[in-house]
Amino acid sequence: MEKNKTQVIVAGGGPAGLACAITIARAGKEVVLIERGKYCGSKNVFGGAIYAQPTREIFPNFEKEAPIERQNIEHKFVLLGKEDSTVISYRNKPDSPVSYSVTRGKFDRWMAEEAQKAGVTVVEETVVRELIMKDDTVIGVRTELEEYYSDIVVLADGVNSLLAIQAGLRSKLEKEDVALSVKEVIKLPSEKINERFNVNGDEGCIYQIFGGSMLAMAGLGFMYTNKDSVTIGLGVTLSDLVNKGLRPYDLLDGLKNHPKIRPLIQDGELIEYSAHLIPEGGYKKIPKLYGNGVMICGDSAGLVNNMHWEGTNLAMVSGKLAGETAITALSKQDFSEKTLSFYGKKLNESFIMKDLKTYRNLMSTVEARAQDFLGYYPQKINEFFKMFTSVDSIPKRKKYHGFIKSYFTDRKFFEPFKDLICAIKLLWSILIK
Amino acid sequence: MSSLEDKLFTTKFNPDSKSHLYPAQECCRICKSKICTIICPAGVYEWDGTKLIVNFENCLECGACKIACEHCSLGWEYPRGNKGVTYKNG
Repeated sequence: MEKNKTQVIVAGGGPAGLACAITIARAGKEVVLIERGKYCGSKNVFGGAIYAQPTREIFPNFEKEAPIERQNIEHKFVLLGKEDSTVISYRNKPDSPVSYSVTRGKFDRWMAEEAQKAGVTVVEETVVRELIMKDDTVIGVRTELEEYYSDIVVLADGVNSLLAIQAGLRSKLEKEDVALSVKEVIKLPSEKINERFNVNGDEGCIYQIFGGSMLAMAGLGFMYTNKDSVTIGLGVTLSDLVNKGLRPYDLLDGLKNHPKIRPLIQDGELIEYSAHLIPEGGYKKIPKLYGNGVMICGDSAGLVNNMHWEGTNLAMVSGKLAGETAITALSKQDFSEKTLSFYGKKLNESFIMKDLKTYRNLMSTVEARAQDFLGYYPQKINEFFKMFTSVDSIPKRKKYHGFIKSYFTDRKFFEPFKDLICAIKLLWSILIK
Repeated sequence: MSSLEDKLFTTKFNPDSKSHLYPAQECCRICKSKICTIICPAGVYEWDGTKLIVNFENCLECGACKIACEHCSLGWEYPRGNKGVTYKNG
């Protein structure tokens, strides 16, 4: 037996790594999870909601036991013009909740405690610096202090995954393939949150925000309600920030200052500012997900469905599938790429790859027509409602005609047709093939 | 509206004694955009006219600078275990 040898090493204590480690430990196998932060969750940032069904798959009783902030009952889709706004809102309190707001700092820490109870050895405050390779097989990891060996290494080290790049499983990230997200957590009394967001008790509300300070950019804003704080943030494709030379926190301040948003957070106290990258390359940029002795899960593998704001669920389910594959490999004592390819197969059969494939053309289309889809239209829709609600003794038919005419004269003549063709192509790729 | 300084004041840091960010200064000198000084969400990078100043103790560890770097010349690694940013909420 080599020194420091275990069956599985998981690099990274986020949703993917923890789901993977706990799956393996529950099968009675040895697993060591290495986390670089002070505790699991301390380096992690997300918008704000975890999804109930996939979380239950791994933690059946989490709704009773985990530190949850609020149960989301309302989704608001907010189109911000420069000053005005249009909101579409869906509200329902289903018997079986869809999502809960949580904070990573508390929730991931809880998951890590559960993992420990299940038998996972959690090593915190330790950075995995390198993978140890023997020929073309990953056989362990090198931290700052020592070397750990294992039959399988699972990479769940997050969006930057230096380890996946080093192992040659992934190429370097490009500016187009990540969104830079900044967010603020703003403290407010829970009664005030309930009043401002029109919810009761532990009910919560999600804002998905288009336009405003992000007009014409491939960027989206978000708000989530916690027990006694509100999260507000935005993510903009890094290439847009670079090309336009914009500071992300200026955009966030712009969003916070919008007349629709400002009253929701006013008099609140900023309690935490954070930043993180979101992998947005989608299906076309999925790296090689397994090799000899190694698998990649979650953000490290770029598993994010940005259309539906899903990331943690893809992370947890991919972690679970990698864990199941590791258990099979351990029982066969075969850690070759061929055996670990079951992980790829399981992913392909799951909603994860199916959804990513469905939206494979989304980001490239949106980025190519951000000026139109995320610039012109949010403003034009607001303009429509401005026209529709105005009372000024001008005959309605004249106003309608003026609005329709403006649609064809605001931009170059052929732009509406380009929009239409793009939208049809995109819808075709989403709905048909 | 809170300044960047106010924002960063709310984030908990345990700075390392040495930087985990290593710009290749000779590339910075010829770099036209100095884009890191703009897109960094923590304002870590400042150009003082002759060299790039790296306020690594404010780094939020997002990784945007290394991807945005025009010359791909920014050495970037994670701070040592337990060092750097600690998010209480996240």
